[in-house]
Amino acid sequence: MDIIGKKEIDHFKRDLIDKKKQDGSLIPLLQSAQDTYGYIPERAIYYISELVGIPAAEIYGVITFYSQFRLKPLGKNIIRICEGTACHVNGAKSILSILQNELGISVGETSDDGLYTLQSVACLGCCSLAPVIMINDETHGNLTTASLTKIIKKQKRIEKIKSSYDAN
Amino acid sequence: MTQIRVGLGTCGISAGGEAVYQELVEELKKHNLEIEVNETGCMGMCYDEVLVEVVEDYDNYLYAKVTTDRVKSIVEEHLVKGLPIEDWIVKPGNGQAGDNFLKLQDRIVLRNCGHINPTSIDDYIEKQGYEAIQTVLNTLTPAELIDKIKNSGLRGRGGGGFSTGMKWQFASQSESDKKYIICNADEGDPGAFMDRSVLEGDPHSVIEGMMIGAYAIGADEGYIYVRAEYPLAIKRLQLAIKQCNEKNFLGNNIFGSDQNFKIKIKQGAGAFVCGEETALIFSIEGKRGVPRVRPPFPTDRGLWGKPTCINNVETLANIPWIINRGWEAFAQKGTEKSKGTKVFALAGKIVKSGLAEVPMGMTINQIVFDVGGGIKDGKAFKAVQMGGPSGGCIPASMGDLRIDYDEITKTGAIMGSGGLIVLDETTCMVDLAKFFLNFTQNESCGKCTFCRIGTKKMLEILERITMGDGKEGDIELLEDLAGKIKSSSLCGLGQTAPNPVLTTIKYFREEYEEHIRNKKCPAHNCPALLTYTIDPEKCTGCTICAKKCPTQAITGEAKQVHVINQDSCINCGQCFDVCRFDAVEKV
Ligand SMILES: Cc1cc2nc3c(=O)[nH]c(=O)nc-3n(C[C@H](O)[C@H](O)[C@H](O)COP(=O)(O)O)c2cc1C
Ligand code: FES
Repeated sequence: MDIIGKKEIDHFKRDLIDKKKQDGSLIPLLQSAQDTYGYIPERAIYYISELVGIPAAEIYGVITFYSQFRLKPLGKNIIRICEGTACHVNGAKSILSILQNELGISVGETSDDGLYTLQSVACLGCCSLAPVIMINDETHGNLTTASLTKIIKKQKRIEKIKSSYDAN
Repeated sequence: MTQIRVGLGTCGISAGGEAVYQELVEELKKHNLEIEVNETGCMGMCYDEVLVEVVEDYDNYLYAKVTTDRVKSIVEEHLVKGLPIEDWIVKPGNGQAGDNFLKLQDRIVLRNCGHINPTSIDDYIEKQGYEAIQTVLNTLTPAELIDKIKNSGLRGRGGGGFSTGMKWQFASQSESDKKYIICNADEGDPGAFMDRSVLEGDPHSVIEGMMIGAYAIGADEGYIYVRAEYPLAIKRLQLAIKQCNEKNFLGNNIFGSDQNFKIKIKQGAGAFVCGEETALIFSIEGKRGVPRVRPPFPTDRGLWGKPTCINNVETLANIPWIINRGWEAFAQKGTEKSKGTKVFALAGKIVKSGLAEVPMGMTINQIVFDVGGGIKDGKAFKAVQMGGPSGGCIPASMGDLRIDYDEITKTGAIMGSGGLIVLDETTCMVDLAKFFLNFTQNESCGKCTFCRIGTKKMLEILERITMGDGKEGDIELLEDLAGKIKSSSLCGLGQTAPNPVLTTIKYFREEYEEHIRNKKCPAHNCPALLTYTIDPEKCTGCTICAKKCPTQAITGEAKQVHVINQDSCINCGQCFDVCRFDAVEKV
């Protein structure tokens, strides 16, 4: 896990020390760890535990309680499907089954090649565009089974070009 | 001075608002036009995004559904030649999409949303911003202030509907050296986005509401608890707080008074139950957000054991208006026991989905048809769902019901925080109940046995009903479990979790019975109870369905009628979606 430079880690540690001074600092500390690493690595838990004097087991309890926290790294592309009410009544379920089919993973999983993570969220806040998915930071709305298949194909093509570029 | 505003709330950005903004700036530069382009919050008309407003000295022009392609024409025709493009403009009353949507609204909470630049404190100040807090500090004692809020009749907009003035009074009467005020911006209802739009579009109004509340109860510190899923709202709040600190609107001796007040932002971490006030407090303290027994109420023992007043975003945004315009003006609106207005997030099968703020007392039919433009695709109106996972469905036959806390509670639904999902004939009520129960079941913190296991049992029953394995007696079993969960759960999550099931049984019992007895889904929604067939009269043999079918269940030569082989059909519905001749039928 050494893709992260020393500078970021130092920054992270400084951030931790700053936050430690505040009351109720555990959740902000964990958020900071996740911002730095993309997930919460085990050693960060021990580090934070020492810093704030809360047992690691209790920290695990907090991490697993909140859906925001992850104990595993994410894929390169994050695809989030909205399963809020508006999207549900506008056919999010068939959108989900197509996504799972095309990517070969279920919600919460990362593909073996590490390219895609599929997450589900409750309402992305653009219910007027339901059903909606987000690929990384981009929102795709008013989806139909046909338009979704096209979007995923395009995404896969882009990834392919990128990876052949990286290989060279 | 001409000015241009682009709606850059989450809805606007999702629809491509940032690209439109960029394109505008560039086109203006090309034509050497020195016109200011500003961002603004959600204007409420999410169905017409991207919205661009051209504000001239005497007139405003609101362009709907703007794309980057249209920007060029708008700049050339309107801004260079001075010829507004009428076809693309929405105006109240010109027969275009916007007419009644805006006309029938009464905007108190959303007074500035979409009209000011939320990143500019001066814009807010120009709209009477931070006048109310100064009036309060200079002319009212805390007791006088609390009386005004009590008289206004304002009730908490976070779902409970408790009198805000009373809550402030309890908190002010608690003796302590330290008190807190918390703004609840957790907005957990999956399909509601009112609070987010207010925070994104007018963050200062919420901060001013908090300042006034802090003075009323004697708090010198406040927290805003926002979901981490609202990055834009968090960004705008952070900026707004920074601006206030710079102007000494926050800090020590605010506005030259002897009051001190500071605000911190806490990000939630994705747990619905943390919207419940005692869980929220634990979450701020850095613990698992598990609710506890009340009393003691947070107004007696709250954050770090100190008296704490928790108010919702929309509640707080009402406060400055009430002070500026007088409690009488607020109390004039609405019904006898529900005063003022309510913001609704209209979504689902409605033509104009977006944010609408209407006076209390308006009927459901008026909201759905007059404000919201009716049902999409000419389908039949079936019900509205209000209050999200804690709420229930109100059938179309009760469309004359007036929006009022107590009237809505009588139906078995709740006012809730303002999510209003419109359902049409294609929505299966059993499936919808299952959807919400699945949500609450996932979000149950696990503390109370009935909430943890009872909801799971109910979900299993609903699963089997929608799968065609329902049994006689299942409905009664659901009702029995629902009663037990309601009576033996500690917090509002469990106490209200059965509501979506109970209301759908109450108003749509025959739909449950159809699933159980005849193994049919009247709305043609539950895949296990459907068969897809091709109407030979309508099929043109275009082959598109056969190409789409993931299991090769459809056979037929080109230009010949196609047939679905039921043995290999998995009911995915893709053929139904792709057929351009309506030849695929669900039965
Ligand atoms: C499970 C559950 C979830 C809740 N979620 C929210 C929420 O997201 N936002 C909110 O303002 N209130 C929520 N509440 C209500 C709060 O507990 C509290 O009553 C409210 O924030 C008080 O503010 P008000 O009086 O201004 O409405 C929730 C309650 C329960 C039981
Ligand atoms: S329900 Fe999907 S964006 Fe709101």
